[in-house]
Amino acid sequence: MISIECHNVWKSFARKVVLRGVNLAVRPGETIVIMGQSGSGKSVLLKHIVGLLVPDRGRVLVDGVDVARLSRGKLFGLRMRFGMVFQGSALFDSLSVEENVGLAMREHTQFEDEEIRRICREKLHMVGLDAVGDKYPAELSGGMKKRVGFARAIAMNPHCVLYDEPTTGLDPIMSDVINNLIIKLARELKITSVVVTHDLASAYKVADRIAMLHEGVIVFEGTPDEVKSTDHALVRQFVEGRAEGPIAVRSSE
Amino acid sequence: MSTLRNAFQAVGISVLDFFRDVGGSSIMLVRIFARLKELPRTARQTLLQMELVGIGSIPLVIVTSIFIGAVAAVQAAYQFQDYVPMVFLGTVVGKSVILELGPVLTALVVGGRVSASIAAELGTMKVTEQIDAMELLAIDPMRYLVMPRVVACVVMLPVLTIFSDLLAILGGMVVAQASIGVSMATFVEGLRMFFYVDDVISGILKAATFGGIIGLMGCYNGFRTYGGAQGVGKSTMHAVVTSCTCILITNYFLASVLFRVIFYKGD
Repeated sequence: MISIECHNVWKSFARKVVLRGVNLAVRPGETIVIMGQSGSGKSVLLKHIVGLLVPDRGRVLVDGVDVARLSRGKLFGLRMRFGMVFQGSALFDSLSVEENVGLAMREHTQFEDEEIRRICREKLHMVGLDAVGDKYPAELSGGMKKRVGFARAIAMNPHCVLYDEPTTGLDPIMSDVINNLIIKLARELKITSVVVTHDLASAYKVADRIAMLHEGVIVFEGTPDEVKSTDHALVRQFVEGRAEGPIAVRSSE
Repeated sequence: MSTLRNAFQAVGISVLDFFRDVGGSSIMLVRIFARLKELPRTARQTLLQMELVGIGSIPLVIVTSIFIGAVAAVQAAYQFQDYVPMVFLGTVVGKSVILELGPVLTALVVGGRVSASIAAELGTMKVTEQIDAMELLAIDPMRYLVMPRVVACVVMLPVLTIFSDLLAILGGMVVAQASIGVSMATFVEGLRMFFYVDDVISGILKAATFGGIIGLMGCYNGFRTYGGAQGVGKSTMHAVVTSCTCILITNYFLASVLFRVIFYKGD
């Protein structure tokens, strides 16, 4: 299990400041949901945890180690303890489902082909996908792609899985299947999970704790029950889905 | 006043972009060299890319080469009429094809096809977060994606160029016999008259360099892609333009070094 700490993390792209001093601690083994409006910097924060982005200011610590200060070799070592489910699945188009799931094993282990295939089938079975190993991503539905992304993320038995909008674009039933998978993986593999979403039903179902990111800062942290009962104006507006309130609707969206 | 300022701004941005591209592609080249010792690990990907670059380009090379040779023969015969004996037709066609037309035109046509395809593929991978996903699987995209493509281009361009040289000479010979009235024996006699192995070597060296440019420009522009389908389109176009421009500019410097220094046959 992995602990994650963000200390005063700032990030900007060109002139747009996305993160304005994020402070957040993720305890080992917990499932934390980061919710917030589209464009509030949730995915950007997630990418800082695994060193895909480097903060302009502040530090991201994983098990007490500053991610931005790691050499490339050590960063790759750290990333092998993580899995990530991307918003658009990010499956490799030119590889079959089984090759997608088994790619990290082929690159980083000495396993025989047959062993890799067996593990791939096992992981695909865990996410409820059988007999799709030979298919290519273009032949799969959105929900199936998401689940293959799950299988790929857990292929190397990670200690922490990051989920970037895991239910976006899915129908309610498939969203619930995905939620159940997140809970199942967290329980069975005893991993730390960080879920970025603005899907409240999903957040309430999977979270041990929910943090709300607004205009680049964490404005609220609490359990799902605390989120439901809080009178925090920003959280209330977001939870109730009201256009009127302290959260301004961006004209560019 | 504001029009003038905009014009200066546009020029300034273009100059900055140029230096950013030169710097960025140079850094990428250094990173590729630093990973060459890991080439055996990506042998499968490299062979696959060699097939895509080499075998995939053959139909294009066949058509362009035959007609390049044919046109070279027709143009030379037109210049020769009444002044130069037709025995030199093979010499001129052979020299121009081996030294210049073969390497440069093969690089330009293959470059258009291959650099566009590499930039589009890697650009799509970039905007759909596939490259981030690869990084997250602790797989170095520079080793897994870039190096195989650049190495494949460096290896396959000389092969395609030799193939193109042979076809162009054949095309020139057929046209010489069929429409100019120069027999194949005369054409071959002229071809052999001033044939130097150094010329072939210089053509191969040029082709390998052009191959490196094609692969590098395709990968560099692919990795710089942002902004969805429109971004992929822009990088694809930029890859073709930069690889063709770099090939033509590099061609001059290579010609100067190869023919005035390395293979110089003067005093």
